[in-house]
Amino acid sequence: MSVTIKQGEFFSLLGPSGCGKTTLLRIIAGFDYPDHGRVLFDNKDILPIPPDKRQSNTIFQTYALFPHLTVYENIAFPLRLRKLGKDEIDERVKHYVHMVQLDDHLYKKPSMLSGGQKQRVAIARALINEPSVLLLDEPLSALDAKLRQNLLVELDDIHDKVGITFIYVTHDQSEALGVSDRIAVMDKGKILQIGTPYEIYEAPATRFVAQFIGETNIFSCTVLSCEPFENEYMIVVDVPALGTTINVTDLEPQEVGSEFDFTVRPEKIRITLNPPRSTAAGLNVFKGVVEEPVYSGFQSKYYVKLDDIPTAPLMKAFKQHTVFLEDGPDIEWKDSVYLSWTAVDGYLVKDVDR
Amino acid sequence: MKKAMRPAKREQLLGTLYSFPMGIWFTVFFTVPLAIIILYSFMKRGLYGGVEKAFTLEAYRQMINPSFAKVLVRTLWISMLSTILCVLIAIPVGYAMAKSRHQTLLLFLIIIPFWTNSLIRIYAWISILSTEGFLNSLLIRLGIVKEGLHLIYNNGSVILVLVYMYLPFAILPLFTTIDKFDFFLLDAARDLGATKLESIVKVMFPNIKSGLSTAFIFTFIPIFGAYTVPLLVGGKDSTMIGNIIVDQVSKTRNWPLASAFSMILTLVSLIGVFWMLASAQKEATGKKQNTLQAYEQKVKAHHGRSRR
Repeated sequence: MSVTIKQGEFFSLLGPSGCGKTTLLRIIAGFDYPDHGRVLFDNKDILPIPPDKRQSNTIFQTYALFPHLTVYENIAFPLRLRKLGKDEIDERVKHYVHMVQLDDHLYKKPSMLSGGQKQRVAIARALINEPSVLLLDEPLSALDAKLRQNLLVELDDIHDKVGITFIYVTHDQSEALGVSDRIAVMDKGKILQIGTPYEIYEAPATRFVAQFIGETNIFSCTVLSCEPFENEYMIVVDVPALGTTINVTDLEPQEVGSEFDFTVRPEKIRITLNPPRSTAAGLNVFKGVVEEPVYSGFQSKYYVKLDDIPTAPLMKAFKQHTVFLEDGPDIEWKDSVYLSWTAVDGYLVKDVDR
Repeated sequence: MKKAMRPAKREQLLGTLYSFPMGIWFTVFFTVPLAIIILYSFMKRGLYGGVEKAFTLEAYRQMINPSFAKVLVRTLWISMLSTILCVLIAIPVGYAMAKSRHQTLLLFLIIIPFWTNSLIRIYAWISILSTEGFLNSLLIRLGIVKEGLHLIYNNGSVILVLVYMYLPFAILPLFTTIDKFDFFLLDAARDLGATKLESIVKVMFPNIKSGLSTAFIFTFIPIFGAYTVPLLVGGKDSTMIGNIIVDQVSKTRNWPLASAFSMILTLVSLIGVFWMLASAQKEATGKKQNTLQAYEQKVKAHHGRSRR
């Protein structure tokens, strides 16, 4: 596999734990050495260069702040190694301390700081050398959800300010989708797809990517027919799990008889009490009973058992609550509902993982 | 109805109770003998050993003597050198053990020598180092030397065997602190521009300070009072304080002088113990919020010029 990361890009390596994303980061930083392959920086192989001579700095998952040094000394550490003048060090430390809003904590030891503050120290310390590339190894995973959101926005802000390349390792898809210019989805040491957050979410390349990013309904299927439809192709697939056929469009013509996975995102499925009135071409309609409604404020998640097919897996359909719910959600437990989505909303993916 | 005792108070009382056997043991076998030694050092020498009940500083006056001073100086430098060697060897060993996957096995190997009588281990060294010993016959057979080298009965052999005997005392505390050390800190230091050596000196050493001082004290104190090693593998110019004490008790029968020399050993041990307590105290309070202000003041003074 090969990845090219552009200068100034916010690039994320996203994958489940153990997929090799941290190893890849450690190889780029110089802590680990690959069995084979090359790491090029400005077209120069940097593998023979030790970590202290590389133009990258790392933010570690566990912060790795020096416990015997104060915040000030931690951030000044790289500058003192370079034997810079006292005044220059002071000026630069103050600049970065101000950037991460730690002005009031300069002379505390790391053990006196909160998790978020520690993370800020790590950010300032990694940036003060003005590296060309900042490597971030799950930097927010040890923080609670609210703080994580705030720091993520701050990181994005810092990226805009310093304008250097960020390589961000995470297993949290919402983090990656939120801030990345591009994402590489990894599994078992392989990169499955590289693309913008939008491409990764809307047009997953494989079954794994579709399932790992966000939530989805996914079924194995076989192509029954394929005909041109506007700029695309209207494909009818047989889905054994649902005991019926589904209409789906694709940019490419697909051979009859070839096997795919069919996937449709739950938020693309309309869930209604009455039969849908839409007349869109290739509309898929299923009837079912709400088995489990999960209300979460801005939306409700419905797990629906399809009628007539007792063996079918529950279909997930999400409904956004865009109006004031005076009497609670209109669809409730054990309601009979219609699920519908147009052929354009569905997607065929290749199951290369199997 | 009487109120039940508060749990904390009860626990405190129980704690005192539990510590009684230990307290009695220490009083009978440690504090009392030490008090006797202190008393003896201020008494008059008995004609045939023992002491006479009369206060005198005679013993301490006798200590001021060039030949004793020579032994004291020798004891100091031999102990210092052996201790430094022990700690220097123990650092990489502790590091390797902390990084190893076979920690239990390595710990076991380090502890095994403790199960063997120290005299036997010293005699093993004698059979290795002596003129017709293992090492010399090996060198002769390999044709490296023509006749046996004088490897034993000098200060060198004393230091070698002392280092061998007390190395585990340095390894164990260093291993436990290095084992707790977060090795990601070394990665971080390298990442920020430190060479391998810089990362170890500037990041690892400050963070294993307590292990280093414990290792130093744990080896220095017993080596300073060493007696059998200089006696068995040392030459006539390798006598240490321990040997003087034994001589004064068993040969010269000057018990007050022997006690006075013991006081030096006790003093050195006490300094070591207080140093250790002080550094432990510093480490404990250093983490507390209430010392923060004093600390901030200190650092501010340090950065005073740049703060303006």
